[in-house]
Amino acid sequence: MHVLCCGGTGCHASASAQIIENFKRILAEKGLQDEVQVIQTGCFGFCEKGPIVKIMPDNTFYTQVKPEDVEKIVNEHIIKGRKVTDLLYMDPENQEHVSDSKHMGFYRKQLRIALRNCGFVNPENIDECIARGGYEGLGKCLTEMTPQQVIDEVTKSGLRGRGGAGFPTGVKWGLCAKNKCDEMYVICNADEGDPGAFMDRSIMEGDPHSIVEAMAICGYAIGATHGLVYIRAEYPLAIHRLQVAIAQAREYGLLGEDIMGTGFNFDIELRYGAGAFVCGEETALIHSMEGKRGEPTLKPPFPAVSGYMAKPSNVNNVETFANVPIIITKGADWFQTIGSEKSKGTKVFALAGQINNVGLIEVPMGTTLRDIIFEIGGGIKGGRQFKAVQTGGPSGGCLTTKHLDTPIDYDSLVAAGSMMGSGGMVVMDETSCMVAIAKFYLEFTCEESCGKCSPCRVGNKRMLEILEKITDGRGTMEDLQELRNLAAVIKDTALCGLGQTSPNPVLSTLDNFWDEYVEHVVDKKCRAGVCKKLMRYEIDREKCIGCGKCAKNCPAEAISKTNYIAEGHKLPSMEIDPAKCIKCGACMSGCKFNAISVK
Amino acid sequence: MAKVKSLAELKAMREKLQTGLDLREKSNDPDSLVQIKVAMATCGIAAGAKQVMEHLMEKADELKLAVVFTQTGCMGYCHAEPTIEVRVPGRDPLVFGHVDNKRADEILTKYVMNNEMVEGIIPVNYETIG
Repeated sequence: MHVLCCGGTGCHASASAQIIENFKRILAEKGLQDEVQVIQTGCFGFCEKGPIVKIMPDNTFYTQVKPEDVEKIVNEHIIKGRKVTDLLYMDPENQEHVSDSKHMGFYRKQLRIALRNCGFVNPENIDECIARGGYEGLGKCLTEMTPQQVIDEVTKSGLRGRGGAGFPTGVKWGLCAKNKCDEMYVICNADEGDPGAFMDRSIMEGDPHSIVEAMAICGYAIGATHGLVYIRAEYPLAIHRLQVAIAQAREYGLLGEDIMGTGFNFDIELRYGAGAFVCGEETALIHSMEGKRGEPTLKPPFPAVSGYMAKPSNVNNVETFANVPIIITKGADWFQTIGSEKSKGTKVFALAGQINNVGLIEVPMGTTLRDIIFEIGGGIKGGRQFKAVQTGGPSGGCLTTKHLDTPIDYDSLVAAGSMMGSGGMVVMDETSCMVAIAKFYLEFTCEESCGKCSPCRVGNKRMLEILEKITDGRGTMEDLQELRNLAAVIKDTALCGLGQTSPNPVLSTLDNFWDEYVEHVVDKKCRAGVCKKLMRYEIDREKCIGCGKCAKNCPAEAISKTNYIAEGHKLPSMEIDPAKCIKCGACMSGCKFNAISVK
Repeated sequence: MAKVKSLAELKAMREKLQTGLDLREKSNDPDSLVQIKVAMATCGIAAGAKQVMEHLMEKADELKLAVVFTQTGCMGYCHAEPTIEVRVPGRDPLVFGHVDNKRADEILTKYVMNNEMVEGIIPVNYETIG
């Protein structure tokens, strides 16, 4: 028998260590230490009801266990085999106690659809993929459905583009299919570039066959025989696994000519990108594949009319494709039952930042930020305070505590001033400065702007300069207004999605963290202590004994002796010249008397 | 390998392959194989999954344990890489995080051989559609 006790940060904070100790002690007292083993585990992702204790092998799941409950669990459950009912999880819907975690719908907040095979199959073995139902969706399309039926099914499912903007996938396919042509293309956009996002890479590395299958399905639906994957060269393992998958599919006759004896031909080629962010924009991506500069062009014409080599092309993101085969095999009706009213299915998020369980998660649309951050994510690192979460990368924005209970889907995120983006989610605590965060994303956009249109090329640079001015302590209130003016113009006039959304990180932080901007501008203060130029190192002359170590450590010779000798000290105290100080902190880390502080 | 010529053939193939997987996964025969999956996406490999897998293979040989090793994609536990999933016939699969060579030895000698739990279990907190 085993007692598993959650050792996640949340449970640890509510005395799980004490619980483990009590188990060990009481079991030893009863002479059961050899039969029952007590083990500390990682986070169960159910911190709200922690500490969690699970008894194996019968899978009993106790919630909110207190150290004093341990004796009862040992006496009742372990010795007499009776479950301790009042510690079991109570189902909020029918007020019944649930003992087995497998039956706790609420506990399982994560549902893996796009990631269904990731971490389950060997990605380099097509047999394992077929054993999990791979290529059955394609088979069903080819033998039982007309192309129009496939498009209708995908449209009905409510699947929307997972690349960020959320355009209905079925509608996109339908628009492309209308432009019948001798040569058409299915393009997979695998140019994942948001800082901190890696869901597409994980899908390609963990389940490449789902992408191969989905592209063939799309080809059948729109009438294309060529598939192209635009993938960045900096994803070597994903490239390798896709290559292996394509080769295996060809060998099995699941790609190539006369697939499954139906007369349908389809094959896939890889195209490598050099890792430019703008090439995730579909027109820029197509130009890059054609060997031209990766620059966007005005839409219309949309790629559905004139795409790769001026032929009708359909571009979808990796995660979008990963959802397609399962929609075909399980049906649109099934897919519709998952998610929120206007956003169906699930979304994969890459959880990063100041959060305990950094990881790749997949949740139904409509899950709240609170569930994602505090349950699945296990809360904020080091027990610090949650401050903001950045979604949507450089095109998205920062959401705050007031958005924690908003169910997230495409529309609610836009309404809150952010966007879904590809699904990067960077969690920040009070040690993050929101002005510096806005600056970071704008630096990224300036770096990645292709330079074709002036609002993006020039406007973003001007905005960045203003932000630098603010973080340097030279900002004025007029600058804040100027930021808003520039942002509005860039949004309205930039050529492509990159430019149109680039002011979002600034706008959302201006809206949600106005106080912090004002503090930087008026009080010349950065409350998180991130903006170095706003920091001031000071020596407390009452504490300073005048040893001079700080002056020796100072690389800028900014520290000198004063005339003041504090009571009880023999030597005069030191002082820092703020004009010379470079804020390196060498003085403070060297001081043994805690006389130096940052203001 | 013969080409798949129809959907019916694919389905037959699936059934055959599935039984193969089931035999590996569900058999109660204590002599049947233990299955260990190592999460080997870029991030897992960067965290040392490849070395750990090689080490596990050597150690399993040394202990004369019949283990099937499989590489797989990302399990999603970036905070605990390298991660491995261990399926011992007759027991629920368990995921272990932060597996280095030392912990790998522990998992084989204690958990696989003696059904003794070791620290570092990551509870699976998601549902997958099959």
